[in-house]
Amino acid sequence: MENLVRHRYWWFTISLLIILPGLYFLLLNPLITGGGFRVGLRPSIDFSGGALWDLRFPGKAPADVTTSAIVDVFAKSGFEGAQVQLSSATLDGKPAAEVLVRTRSLSATDPNSEINVVFAALKTAFGEVTRERLESVGPTVSQESTRSAIIAVLGASLFILIYLTWAFRKAPHPVRYGVCALIAMLHDVLLVLGVAAILGTFFGLEVDALFLTALLTILSFSVHDTIVVFDRIRENLINRRSGEIFDNIVNHSIVQTLPRSINTQITTLFTLTALLLFGGQSIRNFIAILLIGLISGTYSSIFNAAQLLVVWEHREWQRWFRRGDPGSDQPAIPA
Amino acid sequence: MRSRDLYSLLLIAIVAGVALFINFAPSQSFLGRDVRFRLGLDLQGGIQVLLRTTSAAATKDEVQTAAGVIERRVNGLGVGETVVQVAGNDRIIVELPGVENPEQAVETLRGTGRLEFIDPQGQYIPTGTVVRTTGEPNPAKLASTNPLTGTNTVTNTAATGPIYQSITDGKDLDTSAVQPAFSQGGTLGSKPAVAFAFKGNSALGLEKFTSASVGKPMCIVLDSAVVSCPVINAALPNGSGVIETNSTVDRDRILNELKYGALPIPLVVETSRTVSATLGQDSVRTSITAGIAGLIVVALFMVLFYRLPGFLAALALMIYTAISFGIYRLIPITLTLPGIAGFILSIGLAVDANVLIFARLREEYRRGRDIRTALELGFEESWPAIRDSNASTIITSIVLFLFGNSFGVSIIKGFAITLFLGIVVSLFTAIVVTRTFLRLATPVFSEQNAWLFGIDRRNTSAVDPTAPAEAV
Repeated sequence: MENLVRHRYWWFTISLLIILPGLYFLLLNPLITGGGFRVGLRPSIDFSGGALWDLRFPGKAPADVTTSAIVDVFAKSGFEGAQVQLSSATLDGKPAAEVLVRTRSLSATDPNSEINVVFAALKTAFGEVTRERLESVGPTVSQESTRSAIIAVLGASLFILIYLTWAFRKAPHPVRYGVCALIAMLHDVLLVLGVAAILGTFFGLEVDALFLTALLTILSFSVHDTIVVFDRIRENLINRRSGEIFDNIVNHSIVQTLPRSINTQITTLFTLTALLLFGGQSIRNFIAILLIGLISGTYSSIFNAAQLLVVWEHREWQRWFRRGDPGSDQPAIPA
Repeated sequence: MRSRDLYSLLLIAIVAGVALFINFAPSQSFLGRDVRFRLGLDLQGGIQVLLRTTSAAATKDEVQTAAGVIERRVNGLGVGETVVQVAGNDRIIVELPGVENPEQAVETLRGTGRLEFIDPQGQYIPTGTVVRTTGEPNPAKLASTNPLTGTNTVTNTAATGPIYQSITDGKDLDTSAVQPAFSQGGTLGSKPAVAFAFKGNSALGLEKFTSASVGKPMCIVLDSAVVSCPVINAALPNGSGVIETNSTVDRDRILNELKYGALPIPLVVETSRTVSATLGQDSVRTSITAGIAGLIVVALFMVLFYRLPGFLAALALMIYTAISFGIYRLIPITLTLPGIAGFILSIGLAVDANVLIFARLREEYRRGRDIRTALELGFEESWPAIRDSNASTIITSIVLFLFGNSFGVSIIKGFAITLFLGIVVSLFTAIVVTRTFLRLATPVFSEQNAWLFGIDRRNTSAVDPTAPAEAV
């Protein structure tokens, strides 16, 4: 039988190697390039305010409508500094140029005349144009959204910690289970935020309300996986034979739940891949983030959460800075 | 076969039967309820606006009243399945699915519906001009920056221009007398018009002014914008008359605003989201494909990996789908793109409980238990894990729902609701349904057809509860 627990510091190293580049782009890169402290994520209009115009030009190739021409039209219509993204789409089976334009938000008192001015100008410049989507978020709402987003993540974490401590109240040290599950959760959050920062820096991925939904789902699925492993540990602790060390119980429990972890991961991968392939453009980023997060969630439940229980049991942090390799074989300490 | 299993089977048959009936109900109704799928804005196109009051003194009651007025106007638009709700202390969310002209819809919502007659001092003021009146000396429309419209110059003059004398007060309008009508009594060449009547002082004032000013123009002003400046042909007795309009669309808009009353507070458009119908249809098509593909692949995986139990779990998954759709139609739950993603994601969750149980079943069987005991143990021993893990997902979906509520974004709520329902329904199908099916199927089982369960005892270790079982 493979001893997964013995190699725990390897698993932690792998996690760090994946998370650290993300953290660099999340925190350090904006500090270096921007000079000030800010989070290296690209907020969408949901959080920063502004307007998003999704336009299609039937019968035109993306080359026919240049970015600069569109920026000009918007500038002349009272929307300076528009950000334009070109792609090709189909409209009623025919190819059409698709344009995503980000501008300041529409006027709150008279949005309609602003819209009419822009469309009149676009028609003069490019001919026929259809509006697929037009979203405008004012500053008050976007500030509130950011605040309630943070509250949502913290609130969900707190409730889960309370529930876990309660669910494992009969196991020795119930708080440990809650805290280790939360650390595994933090692992997934940092990993996903890091990936979003990297994708945002290089591919312009935006963090929107759906991203937040994905993040919260990942939190719950991460805890879901962790609980399954912890539950087995709890059960095996109850049936423990004398002299059996904690490390082995944790290892047994991981190995016993491994088939379930893998199979559940596979079925979720199937459904998410189906969504990714066929599920429509507008939720593609959402699904991709979910996919990354769920894989991370399974990894962290097996290779972080359960292993951290062992670290805690031995209070290994007392040795971290005294010995060269804390992961090397230690004398088995009966717990 | 025990009678308990039979009762369970009966319950399952009834639940599944009702669900299927709702899904395939003729004429899309069940017990008098409309059970068509409700599609959200992102799937059928339409507009969502978040209106906020600019008046700091607005009370919750006033916002509530404004929402009521808007709701009546929205109903007057004749679009189905609209949503008007108050959010927080100063906001109103309005959702209008399937609206073809979002700009016009927004105008209908926001127009305060204040009708005034003014004395233009003998001038003809062009239609659409924003004017200052004694009733509203500082109209909000003048404050908006509006650089490129034709009325720009006129607007600016008006901002510093004269304040016209209001003859009537919007409060005195008798809304019950507001009716669709035709100008010139419906004769050839007449235009769509709105009949109106004032009460009290305004009626007296209007009668007095019109009788004194026959042959001169008088301007009709709606929400500080001039509708028309007709010449007074005769006195308007009892303060009643008609407003002539150019099209039935205009007529309906003005009628709506007058009839359903004035908004007690000024509102601005804080957030608006419009989606075209074509984009929505694309999304529906892709979601259906994704859902079917996801279901088939998961069902195949379960059958190939867990054989008979897997097949029964796949069957339970179909029942799960039927029940979920039945609930969506019955409650009803408005389906959005993330909502569908939540459902498809919950397919994975629905199967997870079964995977836990079957993995346990195999483990127990390998330890030397007979199939019936292994089956019961599989369900019993995996219950705490299933309970605790689903509880944490339920907590998250509730947090998401509350968050979506304060956010005013129905898409997140849609995801939270379908995820929550998915967990609840999947607990029923993964545990009650699959368990009953498996219990009924155990008589089929013998050592010879152990392959049906995908298990054998070849690598059975000694009966040892703590020994690791390599269950794959």
